[in-house]
Amino acid sequence: MREEHGIEAEGLVRTFKGDIRAVDGIDLTVAPGEIYGFLGPNGAGKSTTVHMLTTLLPPTSGTARVAGYDIVKEGPKVRSAIGAALQEAALDGLLTGREHIRLQTALHGLPRRERPARADELLSRVGLTQAADRKVNGYSGGMKRRLDLALALAHRPAILFLDEPTTGLDPQSRTALWQEVARLAKDDGVTVFLTTQYLEEADVLADRVGIIDHGRIVAEGTPAALKAEIGRPTVEAIPRDGADPAEVARILERFGEPTGASPKGIAVRLERGAQQLAEVVRALDSAGLEVEHLQLHAPSLDDVFLAKTGRSLEGAAEEAEEGQG
Amino acid sequence: MTGGHFWSVAWAVAWRVLHNVFTTPSLLLPGLVFPLFFFTAFAGGLSRVDNIPGFDFPPGYTAFQFVFVLLQSAAFGGVFTGFGVARDFEYGFARRLMLAAPRRSGIIAGYAIAALVRWAATAALLTVVAVLAGMNVGGGGVDVVALYGLALIVSLVGTLWATGVAMRLRTSQAGPVMQLPVFLALFFAPVYVPLDLLTGWLEAVASLNPVTHLLEAGRSLIAGSPADVGLAFLIAAGLAVALGVWALRGLRAAERAGA
Amino acid sequence: MSLAAQIGHIAQRSVVRTLRQPANTVFPIVFPMALLAVTSAGLSAATEIPGFPTDSFLAFFLAFPFIQGALFATMNAGTDLARDVQTGFLNRLALTPMRGAALIAGQLGGIALMGLVQAIFYLSIGLAFGVRLESGVPGAVVLLSLATLIAIAFGALGAFFALRTGSSESVQGLFPLLFVLLFLSSMNLPRELIETDWFRTVATLNPVSYLIEGVRSLIITGWDVQALALAFGIGSAIAVLAIAAAAWALGLRMTRT
Repeated sequence: MREEHGIEAEGLVRTFKGDIRAVDGIDLTVAPGEIYGFLGPNGAGKSTTVHMLTTLLPPTSGTARVAGYDIVKEGPKVRSAIGAALQEAALDGLLTGREHIRLQTALHGLPRRERPARADELLSRVGLTQAADRKVNGYSGGMKRRLDLALALAHRPAILFLDEPTTGLDPQSRTALWQEVARLAKDDGVTVFLTTQYLEEADVLADRVGIIDHGRIVAEGTPAALKAEIGRPTVEAIPRDGADPAEVARILERFGEPTGASPKGIAVRLERGAQQLAEVVRALDSAGLEVEHLQLHAPSLDDVFLAKTGRSLEGAAEEAEEGQG
Repeated sequence: MTGGHFWSVAWAVAWRVLHNVFTTPSLLLPGLVFPLFFFTAFAGGLSRVDNIPGFDFPPGYTAFQFVFVLLQSAAFGGVFTGFGVARDFEYGFARRLMLAAPRRSGIIAGYAIAALVRWAATAALLTVVAVLAGMNVGGGGVDVVALYGLALIVSLVGTLWATGVAMRLRTSQAGPVMQLPVFLALFFAPVYVPLDLLTGWLEAVASLNPVTHLLEAGRSLIAGSPADVGLAFLIAAGLAVALGVWALRGLRAAERAGA
Repeated sequence: MSLAAQIGHIAQRSVVRTLRQPANTVFPIVFPMALLAVTSAGLSAATEIPGFPTDSFLAFFLAFPFIQGALFATMNAGTDLARDVQTGFLNRLALTPMRGAALIAGQLGGIALMGLVQAIFYLSIGLAFGVRLESGVPGAVVLLSLATLIAIAFGALGAFFALRTGSSESVQGLFPLLFVLLFLSSMNLPRELIETDWFRTVATLNPVSYLIEGVRSLIITGWDVQALALAFGIGSAIAVLAIAAAAWALGLRMTRT
């Protein structure tokens, strides 16, 4: 069944009470062994999609196959093929890490004599051997996420769903988790479906990214391809004291449209890409304008999000939070 | 550091607590409803108790139990207020109060005022129910006023006790610590029958328990034959002063802990 | 894995959770005992009311802690289950091949075990303070099984509310309601000695009265077949209805496909 552990969704829709279309027609395909990043602001429909794909929520319409099984008609088969770490590490604060794994492996039907070794293996893989017999109440946020990941892996699933696995983690814990997820995909061939609201996470970790906003996928592709689609980098110059900023701006605008810059800087989006940088330098030089700092910015996924939705991802997240509050 | 400051702090704290309580049913209802449960269960369910040989209380069992439940609701109104104080400390609201209040003892006064107003609502409801249930009142106006005055001091005592605990422990987990001693003090007393019908260990404990004097004085007032009322007021006032010191020291402990 | 093994694992977790929250184990033990002490001493004169069925109020009132302890256990178990809904732990379980029946049965198994342990404790306290069961040793066995049944019945009620509301605050809001049922029953006096008409009517309609009277009959009467039949019948009826309701609520909550 190794060749059948991808995800295919067609026209997935989920509406909630009051006609809220949380997910509004999603088509996506995730190839076996791929890390797929589902990027979007809070409230975009990421978690609802994950709940449908993991069989916890029936879709209002549309179909999806996970590991070759229909998510509506073959729920039990889907569940045995997948592991999931859903948002807000759902752990029992009064149980220890090891007790969690014991319960999880038992309910998944691992043979009794294999369970202790499997628990040790999982605990050491996520770096919780020392803390294994402490109650989860005393764990840090990072430790809880790691235990959550270990639990999702207990029955060696072919497909892993991670719903915002690093939200609220410090940078070190985040990096450690990224490394573990990347290793799972590379060494064990696990397919990973990961939701995130962090651009960097999608950029670093995902083979392919789907950008979701208001329940719809607005762009999809490899991070590089998505950025190339927007294509054009920006150049930013900070004039040296004595150089007239207005003059600098007038010259830069010959190469592209003005765009946002740091307080003292002037930036434009280059019409014909990075090769124009040399022309920019020559033009400034021939006008006798000195600059303190000149930098080329490659496009980011935020630029992609901005181009597709008209908002920046950070701004969209704040807006969603205000809406919820 | 003027008296004006003290009262402005007290009124501000009291207003906030009362606003909270009267707009949040889960905070308001237990204090209102639990005394009614006790009253119906005791006065309604146990009325046959006045048939026990030697039970002599002319106004009847409803009035006998009304006094207990009135004092109990007063004490527990204070304890419920203590829960709120503990919550304020747990969620950091108390820190804001401590920073803002020029005279911090006004904070305690504020909680006490809130407790008294809150208990007044409970007492009014309880009284209406008791009258509807056909309670006989033997005492005149002065007696009745004295009974409610006594209960008012008991409410203050309960508040000061619970506030002192709350300011020392500063967590809502402290609930049972506030509740259990009050519960025991109230029930290690002649709750169901007069003191002379008690036997065994409870008779011994109840004879030493100051609450016994409060209960008996209260019952004598409602019966219209006041007995040892001065002593009861003296005991209640003494408890209020002692627990006032306890609460103020709790406030100092909270200040030292930087809460 | 078999259903029985799944039930075992869920029950084990339920017991471990209870034991690791000392407040939740101590309170169901201490509070009923405190009430037993003050009420049995405070009302001992009530045995002199003409027609009172026994001369020990302690023996008469000993039935009360069995019911109150079961109520506490219910609230704790319901709160635990509601928290599982809130934290998403239930979703985690739903993603395993665990059957819904195992969750309910396991949870109730844990409650039944805790209820039994509590009941043994209450009975021992009664015996230590001189109460003798009129129904003898076989009566003690029947009493413990009735107490366990009551714990299951109320436990299922708590589970139903937890699954339906998914909020531990709402489950705790149920407590006053159960408290009323307990207080407006024949816990303090036999029904025929309750003088106030409406109170006697309420106590007669109140199913909790019959649970108390069943337990009480084993202590002070001996083998009262009618009281036992009513107690077991009503206990079983509450248990069956509440379990069915809980299963329905779980079905709504775990809408996995």
